[in-house]
Amino acid sequence: MIRFILLQNRQGKTRLAKYYIPLEESEKHKVEYEVHRLVVNRDPKFTNFVEFRTHKVIYRRYAGLFFSLCVDITDNELAYLESIHLFVEILDHFFSNVCELDLVFNFHKVYLILDEFILAGSCKKQARSYDIRCRRNHRENGELEKQE
Amino acid sequence: MALSGMRGLSVFISDIRNCQNKEQERLRVDKELGNIRTRFKNEKAMNPSSCSWKAFLSDAMVVISCKGTKVGLIIFLHHMHNNKCQSSLAKFISAEFRCEPLTGSEKRNRGHIWHLVTPSLPLSTLEGRGQFCSRFRRIVGLSPYEKKKYVWKMLYIYMLGYDVDFGHMEAVSLISAPKYPEKQVGYIVTSCLLNENHDFLRLAINTVRNDIIGRNETFQCLALTLVGNIGGREFAESLAPDVQKLLLQTAREEEGCTVSPASFQKKIQMWSDRMAQLLDERDMGVLTSSMSLLVALVSNNHEAYWSCLPKCVKILERLARNQDVPQEYTYYGIPSPWLQSNYSLCFELLLHWTCNKGKAEIYLRNFDFWHELGDTDSWCSREQREGVGLINRLNIKSLWWLLDHGCDIDALINLTLQVKTMRALQYFPTVEDPNTRRSLFEVLQRILMGTDVVKNVNKNNASHAVLFEALALVMHLDAEKEMMSQCVALLGKFIAVREPNIRYLGLENMTRMLMVTDVHDIIKRHQAQIITSLKDPDISIRRRALDLLYGMCDVSNAKDIVEELLQYLSSADFAMREELSLKAAILAEKFAPDLSWYVDVILQLIDKAGDFVSDDIWFRVVQFVTNNEDLQVTEAASLKAREYLDKPAIHETMVKVSAYILGEYSHLLARRPGCSPKEIFNIIHEKLPTVSTSTIPILLSTYAKILMHTQPPDQELQKQIWAIFSKYESCIDAEIQQRAVEYHALSMKGAALMDILAEMPKFPERQSSLIKKAEDSEADTAEQSAIKLRAQQQTSNALVLTDQRPANGTPPVSQLGLVKVPNMSNADQSTAEQGLTHANGALTVVDPQPPSTPSPDLLGDLLGPLAIEGPSGTAPPQSEPRVASGLEVGANEDALAIAPVEEQANTIQPIGDIAERFHALCLKDSGVLYEDPYIQMELSLVPETIPPRAQVQCPLEVINLQPSRDLPVLDFSYKFGTHMVNVKLRLPAVLNKFLQPIMVSPEEFFPQWRSLSGPPLKLQEVVRGVRPMLLAEMANLFNSLRLIVCPGLDPNANNLVASTTFYSESTRAMLCLIRIETDPADRTQLRMTIASGDPALTFELKEFIKEQLVSIPVPSRPPAPMPPQARPTSPPLAALSDPGAILAGLL
Repeated sequence: MIRFILLQNRQGKTRLAKYYIPLEESEKHKVEYEVHRLVVNRDPKFTNFVEFRTHKVIYRRYAGLFFSLCVDITDNELAYLESIHLFVEILDHFFSNVCELDLVFNFHKVYLILDEFILAGSCKKQARSYDIRCRRNHRENGELEKQE
Repeated sequence: MALSGMRGLSVFISDIRNCQNKEQERLRVDKELGNIRTRFKNEKAMNPSSCSWKAFLSDAMVVISCKGTKVGLIIFLHHMHNNKCQSSLAKFISAEFRCEPLTGSEKRNRGHIWHLVTPSLPLSTLEGRGQFCSRFRRIVGLSPYEKKKYVWKMLYIYMLGYDVDFGHMEAVSLISAPKYPEKQVGYIVTSCLLNENHDFLRLAINTVRNDIIGRNETFQCLALTLVGNIGGREFAESLAPDVQKLLLQTAREEEGCTVSPASFQKKIQMWSDRMAQLLDERDMGVLTSSMSLLVALVSNNHEAYWSCLPKCVKILERLARNQDVPQEYTYYGIPSPWLQSNYSLCFELLLHWTCNKGKAEIYLRNFDFWHELGDTDSWCSREQREGVGLINRLNIKSLWWLLDHGCDIDALINLTLQVKTMRALQYFPTVEDPNTRRSLFEVLQRILMGTDVVKNVNKNNASHAVLFEALALVMHLDAEKEMMSQCVALLGKFIAVREPNIRYLGLENMTRMLMVTDVHDIIKRHQAQIITSLKDPDISIRRRALDLLYGMCDVSNAKDIVEELLQYLSSADFAMREELSLKAAILAEKFAPDLSWYVDVILQLIDKAGDFVSDDIWFRVVQFVTNNEDLQVTEAASLKAREYLDKPAIHETMVKVSAYILGEYSHLLARRPGCSPKEIFNIIHEKLPTVSTSTIPILLSTYAKILMHTQPPDQELQKQIWAIFSKYESCIDAEIQQRAVEYHALSMKGAALMDILAEMPKFPERQSSLIKKAEDSEADTAEQSAIKLRAQQQTSNALVLTDQRPANGTPPVSQLGLVKVPNMSNADQSTAEQGLTHANGALTVVDPQPPSTPSPDLLGDLLGPLAIEGPSGTAPPQSEPRVASGLEVGANEDALAIAPVEEQANTIQPIGDIAERFHALCLKDSGVLYEDPYIQMELSLVPETIPPRAQVQCPLEVINLQPSRDLPVLDFSYKFGTHMVNVKLRLPAVLNKFLQPIMVSPEEFFPQWRSLSGPPLKLQEVVRGVRPMLLAEMANLFNSLRLIVCPGLDPNANNLVASTTFYSESTRAMLCLIRIETDPADRTQLRMTIASGDPALTFELKEFIKEQLVSIPVPSRPPAPMPPQARPTSPPLAALSDPGAILAGLL
């Protein structure tokens, strides 16, 4: 099960954080700090897996952004590694050529996409295109705001 | 997009981005938080009279448009269709804002209620409009847009790591908004900001429930997502029935399924039918989610889900054939590997349960389930007809499939499936069929060899994910050795590749392999490669390599591996040192080829990573050194300790262990350069200022020991040490203070110190706590299921973190104090050890002998003559006050053995007569001295503790200093449970024990006899009241007293002449001559003449023999049957020889 997912840049700024286990605020900050410390200085030639407390962080770096998944020790590492990539492909598909700024200014959308992708700590969608139903809903319900 | 136009949010984000430093950012965030707080607060404090309007207005879009000085306020009210409402709202707005309604034409165009405003406020400027807007908002409350915006801002601020301690209410309230955008924001922000333990979440339960049971599918999705992500116990309790209903009714399986395992694991019993239906679903999303649910359900309770098993097989099959998998669900050509992985997991779980059950039960259960399933599944009903259980069927089916598709390796998907299906086969009882088995291994082989490294990283990862999953399964199969070695070879290939992920996984799986099967030897071949990985720059790989090295270590390679670890320790990064040192310590102890190597390793370990060496480890070293009789080991250890002390900066643990060892054994090194007591003291004392209070007591003990070993005492050193003791006598730490006071007092006693501070006795052999821990965790893992096993074994780090440190910092307990401090309260150690010490640590040997040494102190006298430094209390001193001259050597091979006996009795009575035993032992060399239900003391020594049912021998060495008849008394006590037993025992170290029989010839006898003329060297006495005995009996008695009867020296057959040699420290070897003249008429009296070179000896010997003759101490021995006439005497010799006449004349 995915314990949490973090998107952080090289400076340790959190661009997205989603926890699937109940954690206290202070604990969350600590976790974010520690995970950043853990992954940021790792050479690109290193493995994508780091032990973190009693779990395992599977991370992947895209430009200046680290996508880190904290998973159980028994989980299949490579499978999660590829699910990160799939998530990035989805984002890429959605934002068309995604960059960090897209994620910064549209963090709320990233949250929406993430909710479509991971639910309750497990990947639920493996379709590459962002869910059509969801977009349709957003469009329908958002019409009025667009007029603003 | 609904969210694209949130300008305020974008502005805020850019502001934050533009902040030069953290301080600016904080200011900006604080400003924003203040703003949001006021907004939210205003809304709450709104005028109650406008509340009804607020409800409308908050639901409306308010747009302010500006045309010159005229500003239009357009209010869109969706739900306000009736005219009454419209007009009353119009009135309200006119009154509040002093504005007029717009003319009808525009109103028609818009189709909404709207007002044109001619305000009193200057609306032409931006500022004026802002004022107007805020006033408007104050009255009508926040618009949904604003709410959303603020809530998003809050989330952003929260994400940046700032505390957001308000606004949760607003986020939760958004959930109840009727519109999708607000609802969605509400749900997302709530699920990010709150967790299941948050009180605010309770407020949302009702709304969430309404959404779930409502008819809006989209809302259901949102609600279910929230429940799935943060649903806790409360959610589960209140929402489970609804979600369940939903799951059974609607098309929203996808969310429902995924939500369920997270929340509602308890209410699953009746779901199995529905589950089976879900598995018939064609949609991949639903299937994936269903599998998650199924995995969760099955792991909880497998029995209800048997019906799903065949479905799983089918789905796998479908996936494997790449049938109807929509293009968007393939990932680099592999149909939904995640789904497969899920299925496989589920499969494993089901099968795992199966294998835990008895065969019969499985068959029965399966049959029942198939029966229930009935005709819904055609091959199941066939199954029923055939009357064979599911398992057979499954096997055959799987095999068919395998035979059909097994060679189709191109599709990567096949890999997982094949392995999993074969694993399934392995679990079932019917795979004994050789054909099945053969084909199975063929396919396995193909899998192992079939995965190639490809260029595309992602494809490579995906295929290797499958391969490693497969490898893990092969491990679970009890495959033949060949297959295993193939796997190891494959892993060996992996651990040598450049690709770090593959190398990492190779190491990881190899470690796992160690646990599962017996492939040590094959893995050992890769040792060099693994050691290379230990030096990899990547800590993840190093960790895995360390784990693997640890796992593969055994007696044959321990030395290499531990040395490698030690070498690596100095360069290892901090994060790993703790684990590394612990592992090295465990391995060193577990597989040490010899003790001095072990001691060496641990000392190195302390030197290199002292912080991570727990007290347990150094206690262990001390135990080994103390318990090891091999002098070389102790000497080597102390020498090494000495060497380490020379280093400029050493770790405190090293100070402790060095101080301890040097205190005990530095005297063994005294002749080496730089190891004189004084030098040792100085070098240890240098460390004193740097150590903590837990180490000071150890150092104090060391000083006391050094002082004790310095014989003759070095005044200067003594002064120095006393000064230290007196300094610490006022120390605030009780332990230090006590030690200082006691040592000071004791060291004042001079030589007595030597006995109190005697060398520590051996520690009881006990299992190392480290190894025990390690073994415990290993034993646990053995019983774990395959999946748990994986987790268990890899959390070895956790073990390191949790287990090892508690001992650090605790004050040194009596266990390793240099002076044994008995802990009477410890009922576990119910052995003799405590008995031998008093509570104050002083000795228990009490000798009634009046003191003769200059010191009037009883203790000093008692202990002074002790030749050994065994466990205090067992050494009986034999001292004789009088003369100082003569012979030496008086070793007595007698020894004490104390063996606790296990029975229980309320009062402890000695078995047998102690006095009797004593007397018997006076004449014998070994035997039981004392016995009661708990303890038996034999003459033969006492270790510190005696393990149950064990017997320990403690040699007791007694040296006679001066001739004396007095007996040493052993004040012996021990504790058994709560019973304190105290016995005073006279030790049979009687005078005759120091005699050595010597047969003298007449040529030696007579000159000697003549030279010793008269008192005090020659004493004569007539003894009356002698117990009558035959001459032969008397001769026997004398012989047993080690006074050897020399026949033929005395011409009178009624006389006895005996000789012996007496040994003592003061007299050295001294010849003693005895002549007994008996009266055949009156056997109750006799005359005896004793001669020796020492007046004291003569007197003592005379008195001793007299005692023996007057009260015969041999009731146990039958009188010697030898008739008196058997005594060979030689009258002719007596008659003829000159010496005989001389003798007669002398007498």
